[in-house]
Amino acid sequence: MNSTILRLIIGRLGIGVLTLLIVSLVVFVLTSLLPGDAAQEQLGQEATPEAVAALRAKLGLDLPVYLRYLSWLGGLVTGNPGVSLANGMPVDDLIASRLPNSLKLAAATALIAVPLALSLGILSAMYRGSIFDRYTNMLAVFLVSVPEFLIATIAVLIFAVKLGWLSALSRSVEVDSFLQLLSVYAMPVLTLCCVLVAQMARMTRAAVIDQLSSPYVEMAVLKGARPMRVVLRHALPNAIGPISNAVALSLSYLLGGVVIVETIFNYPGIATLMVNAVVTRDMPLVQACVMLFSLGFLVLVLVADIIAILSNPRLRT
Amino acid sequence: MTPNVHRQSANLSTSGPRAGAVVGVAHDEKPQGGVRRRAKRPVSGALGVLIVGFWLLMALAGPWLAPHGANALVGFEVFGPISLEYPLGTDFLGRDILSRLLHGAPYTIGVALAATVLACLFGVVLGLVAAASGGWLDAVISRTQDALIAIPNKIFALIMVAAFGSSVPLLLVMAAFAYMPGSYRIARAVAVNVMTMDFVQVARARGEALPYIMFVEVLPNMLRPVLTDFGLRFVYVVLLLSAMSFLGLGVQPPEADWGSLVRENIQGLGDGAPAVLAPAIAIATLTVGVNLIIDSFGARAKREMES
Repeated sequence: MNSTILRLIIGRLGIGVLTLLIVSLVVFVLTSLLPGDAAQEQLGQEATPEAVAALRAKLGLDLPVYLRYLSWLGGLVTGNPGVSLANGMPVDDLIASRLPNSLKLAAATALIAVPLALSLGILSAMYRGSIFDRYTNMLAVFLVSVPEFLIATIAVLIFAVKLGWLSALSRSVEVDSFLQLLSVYAMPVLTLCCVLVAQMARMTRAAVIDQLSSPYVEMAVLKGARPMRVVLRHALPNAIGPISNAVALSLSYLLGGVVIVETIFNYPGIATLMVNAVVTRDMPLVQACVMLFSLGFLVLVLVADIIAILSNPRLRT
Repeated sequence: MTPNVHRQSANLSTSGPRAGAVVGVAHDEKPQGGVRRRAKRPVSGALGVLIVGFWLLMALAGPWLAPHGANALVGFEVFGPISLEYPLGTDFLGRDILSRLLHGAPYTIGVALAATVLACLFGVVLGLVAAASGGWLDAVISRTQDALIAIPNKIFALIMVAAFGSSVPLLLVMAAFAYMPGSYRIARAVAVNVMTMDFVQVARARGEALPYIMFVEVLPNMLRPVLTDFGLRFVYVVLLLSAMSFLGLGVQPPEADWGSLVRENIQGLGDGAPAVLAPAIAIATLTVGVNLIIDSFGARAKREMES
């Protein structure tokens, strides 16, 4: 690894941290714009002004806005994002109890979706214009355009109601056997995969085709290389950057997609936690969840950027 | 175009094969394949225009055309089947689904359209300003927009609802904000490219004011990618707003958009009731229709570029 690559990566890291800071500012401003605060909310409308003022002082809400922002930010960084207003539990405990479930769901989806999407995308780029390409493209457009809840409800209709194979709700995540594992994860993963594969395959296809229309590929064809070799040996290595970008962007869809899927299947993950927090207006929990989701997004983009930098032959010495 | 913009536009349009000399590279294509496809494209585009035109009309005239009021209890049967009297069945309270669908059209389509217009308007103007001025202003705008992109759209929607409650104006503003950064990115990337063209240099040398350069010289030359992006963004906004209503955090009762219709009739799913399928299908036809238009739009752009 040479110094140019190192400098580029450190630069990306810096931008990532800066972006996260701006995100925290946006989140904080949005959630503290409205008058009325946690103290008022907790004590209700009938509370005496003295009681509200006392609680406000206890919660640190009487401090100036920028001090509150700094203490909130400091709490986030040191792993102490506050206390839930709904049940008084520490926010980090609540999140820690749900996060592994969501990560398992995301990992299972990614494990199935990424290889499938990459091979579909590369194949349809190789045989573009063929029947296969056109039908996968049509299917992809359809899957990207229909709402997730439609896919999920159709999946429930088919697998739970008509066939009776799976239960509509993933009630427990304690799994003892393979069959149980399947019954918990099958439908959420299937729903997430539909949109994810469609998106990723299309972006992969575009990335590979972009390379296929460049002069060096034409050169490879002119010298008589077989199509398979042209794609796998010549085009693909140069498409790694764009493809990892496509994978990261598509995977970031998961961050929003889980909101719908976890809610529909009542899956005990971080997204259902957040939706419940939104319903009860449990601001500390909502803020922490937003920061977590944004962090997830930034990490994905960062990893893709670093892969793109590392795979760029012009930066190798 | 730089490779970067090229790739973006390739992602956006549901690009068919990039025709031309390079098509033959990946494999030998039979010539009639190309001819047949060329003939097919306009058909799917026309179909898209037909579907989207129909829904736009319904968004305007739907509430007047509806045979019943949105909340009128008309049938005695709950989750009634398709019949002559109730063409799309009845819902969980015995209300006419067709009427509810037509009354919901202004919410689903109108709000989404307004939000998309706002998102693209702000995105494009900011993109033009950033591209035209460059320097620190460009850096500040770009960083802020990047930060907004880093909050996933649905998560952004959730925090807005948590902070301000759910109402139609809020949903509109929320969707506009959520999709502005994407529009900004594309507009800026395209504008930066147009800015390097000779005629812009000439205008600058002539001493034209920056607004003149932005809106008279640059903007007309980036309309096609901006319009394609507009269509795609509209699809995303429709999906986002429907998803929020489906979660019960979007349009609130007694008002209902198509997402709320799916939500409130979800118990009918087991029997395959038209009450839950009809609004879901309505959303799907709208979004697929817009995609068909974008598709043929992109294909035509490619044909024009070749000739």
